[in-house]
Amino acid sequence: MNSLLLQLIQDALVVLIAPLLLGWVNQCRAWLQNRSGAGVLQPYRNLIKLFHKDAVLANNASPLFRATPYILFASMWLAASLVPVIATDLPLSQAVDVIALVGIFALARVFISLAAMDVGTSFGTMGARREMLVGFLAEPALLMVFFTAATISHSTSLVTIVETLAHKQFVIYPSLAFAAIAFVMVMLAENARIPVDNPATHLELTMIHEAMILEYSARHLALIEWASALKLLAYFTIACALFMPWGIAEVGNLAALPVALLALFIKLLLGGAGLALLETVTAKMRIFRVPEFMGTAFLLAVLGMLIHFLLGS
Amino acid sequence: MLNFAGQLINLFAAMLLLISFAMLSQRRVLSLINLFALQGLVLAVSTTVVAYSSNQHHLYYSAGLTLLLKVLVLPWILHRLIRKLNVKWDVETMFNIPTTMLVGIVLVVFAFNLAAPISQMAGTITRGTLGIAMACVLLSFLMMITRSKAVPQVIGFLAMENGLFFAATSTSYGMPMVVELGIALDVLIGMFILGIFFFQIRETFDSLDLKHMEKLKED
Amino acid sequence: MTIASTLLPIDVALGAVVCWLLLGLAGLLLQNTMAITRYIFPAGALAALLLAAAALSNLGGDSNVAVLPLGLPDLPFHLRLDALSAFFLLLLGAASVGISLYSAGYFRDMEGSALGLLCFEYHIFLASMALVFMADDAYLFMVAWETMALSSYFLVTTDHHVAQTRRAGFLYLLIAHIGAIAILLSFGVMQGGQGDYTFASMRDAHLNAFWASATFLLALFGFGAKAGILPLHVWLPEAHPAAPSPISAMMSGIMLKTAIYGILRVSFDLLDTPQWWWGALALTLGLLTALYGVLFAAVQTDMKRLLAYSSIENIGIILTGIGLAIVFHSFQKEALAALALTAALYHSFNHAFMKGLLFLGTGSVLHATGERNLGKLGGLIHRMPKLALLVLVGTLALAGLPPLNGFVSEWLLLQAFLLSPGLPHSYLNMLIPIAAAALALAAALAGYVMVKFYGVIFLGQPRGSDVVGQKAFDDVHDVGIWERIGLTWLALGCILLGVFPVFFILHIDFVSQLLVGHTLGVSAAQTGWLWLTPIQPERASYSPLILFVIIIVGVLFTLYGVKKFYHGRLRRGPAWDCGYPEQTARMQDTAEGFGQPIRQIFQLFFGITREVPGPFDKKPHYHGETSDRLWEWCYLPIARLTDKISALTGKLQHGRIHAYLLYSFVTLLALLAFVR
Repeated sequence: MNSLLLQLIQDALVVLIAPLLLGWVNQCRAWLQNRSGAGVLQPYRNLIKLFHKDAVLANNASPLFRATPYILFASMWLAASLVPVIATDLPLSQAVDVIALVGIFALARVFISLAAMDVGTSFGTMGARREMLVGFLAEPALLMVFFTAATISHSTSLVTIVETLAHKQFVIYPSLAFAAIAFVMVMLAENARIPVDNPATHLELTMIHEAMILEYSARHLALIEWASALKLLAYFTIACALFMPWGIAEVGNLAALPVALLALFIKLLLGGAGLALLETVTAKMRIFRVPEFMGTAFLLAVLGMLIHFLLGS
Repeated sequence: MLNFAGQLINLFAAMLLLISFAMLSQRRVLSLINLFALQGLVLAVSTTVVAYSSNQHHLYYSAGLTLLLKVLVLPWILHRLIRKLNVKWDVETMFNIPTTMLVGIVLVVFAFNLAAPISQMAGTITRGTLGIAMACVLLSFLMMITRSKAVPQVIGFLAMENGLFFAATSTSYGMPMVVELGIALDVLIGMFILGIFFFQIRETFDSLDLKHMEKLKED
Repeated sequence: MTIASTLLPIDVALGAVVCWLLLGLAGLLLQNTMAITRYIFPAGALAALLLAAAALSNLGGDSNVAVLPLGLPDLPFHLRLDALSAFFLLLLGAASVGISLYSAGYFRDMEGSALGLLCFEYHIFLASMALVFMADDAYLFMVAWETMALSSYFLVTTDHHVAQTRRAGFLYLLIAHIGAIAILLSFGVMQGGQGDYTFASMRDAHLNAFWASATFLLALFGFGAKAGILPLHVWLPEAHPAAPSPISAMMSGIMLKTAIYGILRVSFDLLDTPQWWWGALALTLGLLTALYGVLFAAVQTDMKRLLAYSSIENIGIILTGIGLAIVFHSFQKEALAALALTAALYHSFNHAFMKGLLFLGTGSVLHATGERNLGKLGGLIHRMPKLALLVLVGTLALAGLPPLNGFVSEWLLLQAFLLSPGLPHSYLNMLIPIAAAALALAAALAGYVMVKFYGVIFLGQPRGSDVVGQKAFDDVHDVGIWERIGLTWLALGCILLGVFPVFFILHIDFVSQLLVGHTLGVSAAQTGWLWLTPIQPERASYSPLILFVIIIVGVLFTLYGVKKFYHGRLRRGPAWDCGYPEQTARMQDTAEGFGQPIRQIFQLFFGITREVPGPFDKKPHYHGETSDRLWEWCYLPIARLTDKISALTGKLQHGRIHAYLLYSFVTLLALLAFVR
């Protein structure tokens, strides 16, 4: 029963703090760019505003178009809530291992791309094509990152991976260094961040994610934005789980929860600031360079796994 | 399981390999030089760790020498060189970068298989890293092959020497001091000579693109 | 004793085969569209159901044998129904139920005499495939195999008045026969000079490593030609689009699996000592095939060609699993071999359902619009919502997305890669992570392909404004009841296989027990049917049902929450598109545009010819074509060589009878000298 309770706590936690993380990243970016910023709570205000508006749907939008925001939100929520963030004792993590997690991300990507093609505008299809272009290289790269961690812990279950990396004696895994770099590259691409995409503009020539959701408004848009925030949070928590899992509460150890929560917040604060810094110091790439960037990430991840096999550690 | 020092050295070895791949995929000369300096730094630190863990005092001198030469002097010379020659722009690669990296991965696998029997014989704590050192050498070679401009080629040459040096420290706790000093001097002098050559090449062809060298052959 | 208890499953299966033959004959004699579509095809579906039931009941049982006093004197047909045969018969039966039901609706517009012929060929095709799976001697196997090839050739050339179809049919027949020769040779080597061509004697003939390898290579080549393994895949993208859609579904979904069956039968059952390099070869070929297939699928503009290339990809994935199983088997890691084999078998089954569903879906689109070219379709979800929903299931399954069935088999295969411990071979060890990466890449690209397939056909606006294909958009009608039943059967299969994998794996276990002597089910079911845990629960577990339920609950919860706390107000308006006012349907991506990134990145593999309009052309004309480079690298040289040789032989031909008699005479003398 305890674990079920923990699962519910985590479900509620991730869905509530996801916009906060987004706000924090945006705020850090603003500070770094010498702006005062809109405050960390701005994403919440945006969401509330969007929920209150009347939805406008294109004349020829199909049911698929209307269903997609809900599917997207549900799958991202699921993804974010099954990564062990504060405790490893999660029933959901048993049902969905890392390969299935990648599958869920793929499911969300396929649905949003299909929805983007649904209205049949020039930008929508362009966005869908570009999203799939980024995705077909990001997905195997992410899978390889997970595989590197999975070969270390001899398990594809996130719980076991985190337990192995966090609770055993301190060991340095060189292969994880490769995996970490590949993961950061995938994370930038998958969350529509600079240098792959810029979440802050609607510039025809460069946009990917924004091009896909142009036709959405009001509650549908709010759900998509929220899902994006959840996705960002999921990637952050995956990074915490794989590369800095210290401080997480073990199975059955409820007393460690406050410490774990504190550790999580510190990690997210630092991670968010790091992401903002990374986005500030790099320039947006040309879209033609993106395959090369993603290809590099993929090969780095493969290399990480190879290194693991080669060094035998 | 290795002890902590061994793990650290493994980590540094992986970082060296990572930097080699980063150099392979880097288009800009300036970043290339910085990566080269970083590689030198990692090398110096890892040599220090080897020195500390194995009580080989002469390795401290090697580490210091590496630090001085490869992290400070050579990058400084290279920086000056490209400022003088004004060649800061992107490097043209002969193949696209993922292809090069794919070849790189094949080279890594090859190097490891090659090094496996030798590693078995080596008695040092860091024998697993010989494969990485060899891979670094091969990757630097690959970088020299795939770049058309002169400066990246020289950096590739220098990085190759880094790989050799790492191989020496990881398998046999370094070469004798005299040899090391000699090599260091060689590298330095070689750098100067190449620098002078650059100016000559540019005088003659108005470019540092080595494709122009093809004109030199007699018909 | 009643008749039912003495009736062995193999008799029931044979009964189904006889049913099919009779139905085919009845169709040929009746030549009445109404009767054939109303009665014969549904009856065929019933026979298929019977076959599936017989196969299912015998999966766990002992193998049955039967000897039919047919064929040549002293050379009767041997039949055998063991777990491997039963598994593939189950596949044949289960998938063809859907296809036959669909056919009952699909062919209703066809003219009677042509339909009678088609019905005959169709049922012969089904029966011959069943006999291929049941054959227990090389003789019957080859007879059934050739019958299958011929009947499918006639089915492919149903539209024989189209030149392209005839060409596709010829290519198919040619490659099928080259493959058949290789299979025949392989059987010849395998019987070890005893002259006994039953499979039982082949099992007993212990070949040495060289001859065993020769057999395997011949079998891989021969069956590879049927399966579409690189570089013998060229007939697939020609023949599949040419055939009527139910036939394409049958060929892609079921007939390709006969080749998979053959490879499994030869390498695990008939040959006793697999070499590790067979597995490495199959693995490498499989991965190359998978990547090649999916890359070409991404750049196709014809929807059926796209699916044909996707079939090549899936065959590649199956072959990868088989290769991995052979590698593990040869190193005595039976548990892992069972895992890889299960993945391959599972994927074979899945593919029959997903690809069957999608080919039938394209059939309905073709029927409704008369158009195969993706560039002229679009927006069909508005006119054919039921079809769109059913095809969406297949699309998601083929894209390998959880919680559907395509994901389960990919999951199993990736687990097999991941759990592979140190194999006693260093290069092979390093091949494993790279192979896993290649597989992941192929799987991700499949997602790209399926988004293109579904998005371009069903979503957006019709690309010819009000016209889609050869019909006005408003005249397009949704699928009829028979078609819908057939499609639903296959779609349900996709969902059930995806959500309840453990039940199915327990059945596959009989096959892996037979082939590698180890099962997965004990470990797969140890934590209950809800959890798929191939090795141990803490190493890997996956529960598609929970995933499915949670996503559904999440969607409903969100829907409820939004409606409860806010509102559901909705307005309709023109599309926004960044405020651009003059958008037309032609501004959407065409199929070619959607594949452009892939074409650009993997330029090396494609032969691209393009005519691009100049900036001042009054009537801009664009034409782009992506061709298969292997044609020019592999097939054209062979064709040229053949031409040259035949030109040389042509010189012998004078047209004078004396010369020909002389040739015969010289040959006779040479032979006499030789046998002396």
